[in-house]
Amino acid sequence: MSLDEPPGQQPAPSTARLDPSPKVADEIAKTTCYMCACRCGIDVFLRKDADGTKKVSYIQGNRDHPKNRGVLCAKGSAGIMQHYSPARLRKPLLRTGPRGSGEFKEISWDEALSIATKWLGEVRSRDPKRLAFFTGRDQSQSLTSWWAQQFGTPNYAAHGGFCSVNMAAAGIYTMGGAFWEFGTPDWERTKMFMIFGVAEDHDSNPIKLGLSRLKERGVKIVGVNPVRTGYNAVADEWVGITPGTDGLFVIALIHELLRTGSVDIAYLARYTNAGWLVIDAPGTAENGLFARDEEGRTLIFDRKSHTVRPSDDVDAVPEFDTEVELPDGRKARPVFRIMAETYLDPANAPDRVAKRCGIDAGTIRRLAAELASTAFEEEIVVEQPWTDWLGRRHETMIGRPVSFHAMRGISAHSNGFQTCRAIHLLQILLGSVECPGGFRFKPPYPKPVDAHPKPHAGCKPDSPLDGPHLGYVLGPEDLLIDEENQALRIDKAYSWDAPLAAHGLMHMVISNAVAADPYPVDVLFLYMANMAWNSSMNTGGVMEMLTRTDENGEYVIPKIIYSDAYSSETVAFADLVLPDTTYLERHDCISLLDRPISEPDSLADAIRWPVIEPDRDVRGFQSALIDLGARLGLPGFVTEDGTATYRDYADYIANHERRPGVGPLAGWRGNGDSHGRGPANPEQVDRYRENGGFFETHIPEEAQFFKPWNAAYQDWAVEMGLYDKPAPYLFQLYSEPLQKFRLAAEGFGDRQPPEHARERIATCFTPLPQWYAPLEEAALDTDEFPLHAITQRPAAMYHSWGSQNAWLRQIHGENPLYVPESVADSAGLADGDWAWVISHHGRICVPIRRMAAVNGKTLWTWNAIGKRKGAWALQPDAPEAKRGFLLNHLIHELLPPKGDGLRWSNSDPITGQAAWFDLRVRIEKADAPPDVSQPDTGTQKSPVGTGPDALAYGKAWT
Amino acid sequence: MHPAVSLLLFTTLSGAGFGLIAWTGLGFGPTGTWFAWLDAFVAGLLVTAGLSASAMHLRRPDRAWRAFSQWRSSWLSREAVLAAATSAVFGAYALIWIFTGARLLPLGIIAALLSAITVYATSMIYTQLRTVPRWATPLTPAVFLAFAAAGGALVLSVLEGGRSSPIAAIALVALVLAWIVKVAWWQRAMKTTRASAGASPEQATGLGNIGAVSRFELPHTGSNYLLREMVFQVARRRARAVTRLAVLFGALVPAVLLLIFLSFAPSPALPVLALVSHFAGLLCERWLFFAEAEHAVGAYYGAR
Amino acid sequence: MDMTSLPQPGAKKLGLVIDLDICVGCHACAVACKEWNTSAYGAPLSDQDPYGGQPEGTWLNRIHSYEVKPEGEPAQLVHFPRSCLHCEDAPCVTVCPTGASYKRGEDGIVLVDESMCMGCGLCAWACPYGAREMDMAEGVMKKCTLCVDRIYNENLPEEDREPACVRTCPAKARHFGDLGDPDSAVSRMVAERDGYDLMPDQATKPVNKYLPPRPKTGCDNGAAPDNLAQLATVEPSGLLGWVDKALAMLE
Ligand SMILES: Nc1nc2c(c(=O)[nH]1)N[C@H]1C(S)=C(S)[C@@H](COP(=O)(O)OP(=O)(O)OC[C@H]3O[C@@H](n4cnc5c(=O)[nH]c(N)nc54)[C@H](O)[C@@H]3O)O[C@H]1N2
Ligand SMILES: Nc1nc2c(c(=O)[nH]1)N[C@H]1C(S)=C(S)[C@@H](COP(=O)(O)OP(=O)(O)OC[C@H]3O[C@@H](n4cnc5c(=O)[nH]c(N)nc54)[C@H](O)[C@@H]3O)O[C@H]1N2
Ligand code: SF4
Ligand code: SF4
Ligand code: SF4
Ligand code: SF4
Ligand code: SF4
Ligand SMILES: [Mo]
Repeated sequence: MSLDEPPGQQPAPSTARLDPSPKVADEIAKTTCYMCACRCGIDVFLRKDADGTKKVSYIQGNRDHPKNRGVLCAKGSAGIMQHYSPARLRKPLLRTGPRGSGEFKEISWDEALSIATKWLGEVRSRDPKRLAFFTGRDQSQSLTSWWAQQFGTPNYAAHGGFCSVNMAAAGIYTMGGAFWEFGTPDWERTKMFMIFGVAEDHDSNPIKLGLSRLKERGVKIVGVNPVRTGYNAVADEWVGITPGTDGLFVIALIHELLRTGSVDIAYLARYTNAGWLVIDAPGTAENGLFARDEEGRTLIFDRKSHTVRPSDDVDAVPEFDTEVELPDGRKARPVFRIMAETYLDPANAPDRVAKRCGIDAGTIRRLAAELASTAFEEEIVVEQPWTDWLGRRHETMIGRPVSFHAMRGISAHSNGFQTCRAIHLLQILLGSVECPGGFRFKPPYPKPVDAHPKPHAGCKPDSPLDGPHLGYVLGPEDLLIDEENQALRIDKAYSWDAPLAAHGLMHMVISNAVAADPYPVDVLFLYMANMAWNSSMNTGGVMEMLTRTDENGEYVIPKIIYSDAYSSETVAFADLVLPDTTYLERHDCISLLDRPISEPDSLADAIRWPVIEPDRDVRGFQSALIDLGARLGLPGFVTEDGTATYRDYADYIANHERRPGVGPLAGWRGNGDSHGRGPANPEQVDRYRENGGFFETHIPEEAQFFKPWNAAYQDWAVEMGLYDKPAPYLFQLYSEPLQKFRLAAEGFGDRQPPEHARERIATCFTPLPQWYAPLEEAALDTDEFPLHAITQRPAAMYHSWGSQNAWLRQIHGENPLYVPESVADSAGLADGDWAWVISHHGRICVPIRRMAAVNGKTLWTWNAIGKRKGAWALQPDAPEAKRGFLLNHLIHELLPPKGDGLRWSNSDPITGQAAWFDLRVRIEKADAPPDVSQPDTGTQKSPVGTGPDALAYGKAWT
Repeated sequence: MHPAVSLLLFTTLSGAGFGLIAWTGLGFGPTGTWFAWLDAFVAGLLVTAGLSASAMHLRRPDRAWRAFSQWRSSWLSREAVLAAATSAVFGAYALIWIFTGARLLPLGIIAALLSAITVYATSMIYTQLRTVPRWATPLTPAVFLAFAAAGGALVLSVLEGGRSSPIAAIALVALVLAWIVKVAWWQRAMKTTRASAGASPEQATGLGNIGAVSRFELPHTGSNYLLREMVFQVARRRARAVTRLAVLFGALVPAVLLLIFLSFAPSPALPVLALVSHFAGLLCERWLFFAEAEHAVGAYYGAR
Repeated sequence: MDMTSLPQPGAKKLGLVIDLDICVGCHACAVACKEWNTSAYGAPLSDQDPYGGQPEGTWLNRIHSYEVKPEGEPAQLVHFPRSCLHCEDAPCVTVCPTGASYKRGEDGIVLVDESMCMGCGLCAWACPYGAREMDMAEGVMKKCTLCVDRIYNENLPEEDREPACVRTCPAKARHFGDLGDPDSAVSRMVAERDGYDLMPDQATKPVNKYLPPRPKTGCDNGAAPDNLAQLATVEPSGLLGWVDKALAMLE
């Protein structure tokens, strides 16, 4: 008998000491995660607390969901703490103190919307372009862009320009689909995988699931990254490249493949423009353009008939290595020959690039050989007949089982577009795109560049814009510039500064508006982007710009409206704040018109719905935007009698049609039995809820590979409403639009770049991908700034918004700067020391930590951990504000001055992608360390107070 | 390990208390009933203070009674049971002494034995921990027992009020012996590292066959219970200073005072001063005992 | 008698197998564990100063990362989840004075009965792996329960009766099963991949096993695939002789 039990009672067997089957939930609601843009399916456990109020008690992954198949990341699980965050806004806010102070009064929604309507209405009737409406990583761009188009301002974009437009644009221009989350390696079949410059990425759960599949099958993973953390830590081989040099490395791989004949000639001949003839007439306006016949068809030289034939001639086989005389007497060469000449140049040999890349030449040669041997010696044959767009039947599907993925380590450099194109070239030379074992597109991709809209900027008072804001230009003729060569857009997208700016340049909006270059704005309307903090370069400068006043004491940016759900840094700089709900309290739609959740074998989209009612006076932003649209009387938002077309976002999701039969959601249209196309179904959202929050339909077996050329896929895509007619196309190894810009730089054509832009366009816009040094580095004395400084996404933190999360901030409450051991030794730095890090633009003082598994020239830190004092309902002594820091203070939005008085945006010269990772620095030990990281950006008042001193949220039901 | 004040007081006070009980049980000290009162009161005070201090270490002291249940496996439980048993036997001994004036030697011997076992049990709480290699040695019980004996004797000689009796001499001898044992313990401790107990970072992670292992990132940027409780870091300079204080106040000063007392100045103040000094020294010794002890889990958190 | 003496080792030894070759250090398992156990078994896992200067809290699973430096090769990085190993010779159990800590005979799970714990902390001292954390709000010892309230829970669908951390791990680095059964999937995995014990010298006989990282490709570039030689000898005749051959096959 044990002493702690009353005498006479039998000791209990251990099972009886606990209830192994406790209740887990009163209800489980299935919706979609929002803690990052991956959009995994979640099961939200709801329980009643003591008062009978429904509360969220647990969130797990939805096993049936195509994205995450049951798994959930740290942020996804911690979503519950985001929902319970003390930093959540409670009511609309109107600024009472100076900008940046955080002094507000709470107002009613009616008042807030009336104020917004007044401000916006005035702009719309005076000069709609004086509204700059920019949104962050939301997933409702099909609504927000439509709203902006109906409003009539050309100044709309989402965050892609500072995120990864280089990847999107390089992918679309080259192969009609991109990395990002628009395609994926064939995890089930690939036999070698190379991942460039990725820490987490948007598709973070699918990537992790994929990596585990590769590990299970013993497939080799090669991580190319200056830092060996995360995915690169588990990679079988780590290539610790020097930042900004991937283009050199990849071109050296291409050099090796061409040198050894390890390219897929049949694939190139059939599916790419490798055989197309390019006019060789230097000094003429057609030099470097494709040779075309009278009907405008591109041409090849047919090996069989030894004649020049249209490239879509089914019977012809293109000659690759030749020089032909066209009927008009001009010379022309196939793309392949130009490619071979370009890349076989000894300057591209491994030995020549090794030092600059920080990679051993032997490693480059070996990797090329491994790629080739895997692609060609381990070819996969899938017994699946299919028919191509020219009616040729193929008995099998041949796979080249090597696959690649790349993200911001490539894109966030000013040579990122071309580097990414080089990677695509490598993939295509190996024949490994859209084949079994290679890289595969997810619907609505693939989609050729010319099937995308062109950008528009035609605006007049009280009228909608003349077309969609964003799109893909095919030459200087599509640029958005006026007769004086001035940009039509506030961010100068589609100007000579950033001709292929497919996603706009959100990072330039504030500084351009303040400089009134090209013009000022009246209202800056931001949604879900922390522009006063981590999503801006030169953060301190941006905070100053937002508070800058003119000679009359008026703010230079007169009105700022912002929608956030939490008390972020940017909230403090807004005049009017529209408080959003959390993701568990609103409708959302993850649409094929935007960024759906498809997989390579299936088309899928999803919704969010209010699994719980808000306990405060907040509204879903999309519903508020629809309300604003109606109050402003925007076309489409009001019916003929002037009443609102849509009750709220849920109503819009079900009933809006973008094209006849095509709406935000693809599933259960019409009576609930048609998918893809069909009339609006008022009960559609309910069908989604019943199905676990998503819709998925599988691509027919025959249509699953070779999608750009597969007739069955093309027909299916039309049936699903992805296109209105089949849109087969060939991969563009050689990019004619780029050559058109080069020709313009050479003086051809009626749209001419300004003088100072000519050289840079001529150098950077090569029709075949080439490497050029990142622009900041090229403009600096690299001896003065010998080191690179970059950031990485921590897996367990999402940008700035994870710091309000009681759990995640225990994992990342502060961030050291990681310094390679050799650099630390020469600077005399030990763990825990503080150091000054100095760029051409500024200096910061931060705590450091030594590291061995890193490229020897690279300093790095976790992104966006540092916080401004007073933000996020954190107490003033929060470590995020004391020892956390932003590298952004060192990054200028403009390149160093060149002496010509002009300053270029710190962006890729082709797409305008923000060049976050071009940063060059030096490091010095801080002998008298400050007690908080420098610079100190002051304190903001919290409109929501600070969080509680203790937390045990499960108390209600344990 | 975190040198919690509660544990410093617990081990030192209860050690002295049980030492006092043991010497008393063995028949030392005056026999008068007035002394019985005093002796029993002080022994009770020391033991109770020690045990209360240890209860301060509990987060749920209301459940302390449950600690009597697991004597079969748990040294802490045994310690509790034994402390209670010792107190009961000594209580009986003292009561009989107080009321009859008789000091029953057999009962006293039992109390003394139980005292020794209790102190042994206390020491075994630490000694049994493989996780703390410095503690896991038979020298630890020896140290605890020796200091309990010395402390008990010192207290008794204070209570005797400066009368010359063998107990002061015994205290001196016990003190010298205790420090000899302690020096041996220190000798061993200096050679004992986490690695020697199979808890190097390489063994903790099992990654040693690839190469040398060092911490990159901790699971959390702030602190936690484990760090505060088990990864207490003491600066070497500070440790050296505390060691000097421990030896000075714990050994040298009381020994000299006792020598003076025994040789030519039987002033009642001397044992009192000796006791105060010894106690201060012993607190330093115990502080080091905890503060310098590295726990295996430190290997996971290890600084490089 | 139900004491903190250890039970006779049973046939069934439930535990986890953690694959260090694929753990990407994402902390997903740790957060899912925290979340599950905050609204399940015993008192919620509390957090102190959650929005202040020294935030901390109780976690049952924590993810470390280490740099490992092989001779003459680049340093590696290994992510390392750490939670209770449900030791067969669990010192945390035998030291417990109150009987709150116990190891179940039927499946080997080591648990704390929170209603009996007096918060002395000795069990945490006895555990070499730092697997026990005192809850600062409740004053009771917390540890991994192997999700004993999930794995037998009839309110969960059969397929979800596995630990929260295992269910959520996006890299599938965590596996749950009966390590007492040599034919179980986990046991076979341990046998094939040389799964190992942490700190065997501590004589705790952990049930959980770790699978080592597979060897990395080093910097020896001599080891090219066999066919490279053949590939490299295709010397261009003219500009690229091999192109011609390849295209001829298409004709
Ligand atoms: N957990 C988490 N997930 C996220 C986010 C988050 O904040 N947290 N953010 C989401 C967003 S908005 C985005 S855009 C994606 C971005 O996802 P990632 O593309 O993973 O973005 P980064 O973390 O910036 O990672 C860039 C990587 O490139 C490396 N790198 C830097 N320069 C170079 C270079 O020159 N060459 C090579 N090869 N590598 C280089 C860096 O070391 C780093 O590992 O992640 C999304 N997913
Ligand atoms: N140094 C450096 N800087 C970078 C990068 C880098 O790699 N290095 N990466 C860049 C990239 S790729 C990106 S995408 C940006 C990301 O930077 P941001 O887009 O600024 O990301 P967040 O910090 O997450 O800020 C988003 C805002 O949305 C708010 N929010 C969160 N949930 C909701 C909601 O439900 N509704 C509403 N209305 N608001 C909400 C948050 O409170 C926060 O204020 O950072 C960029 N900045
Ligand atoms: S990756 Fe994580 S945060 Fe992103 S949607 Fe999926 S579970 Fe949510
Ligand atoms: S969830 Fe899996 S991959 Fe992530 S830290 Fe845990 S064990 Fe490692
Ligand atoms: S790991 Fe620690 S807590 Fe778990 S059984 Fe082993 S000794 Fe006990
Ligand atoms: S803390 Fe609780 S479980 Fe641990 S030893 Fe003490 S009483 Fe037992
Ligand atoms: S088994 Fe359960 S309690 Fe243990 S670490 Fe995993 S989730 Fe946490
Ligand atoms: Mo991004």
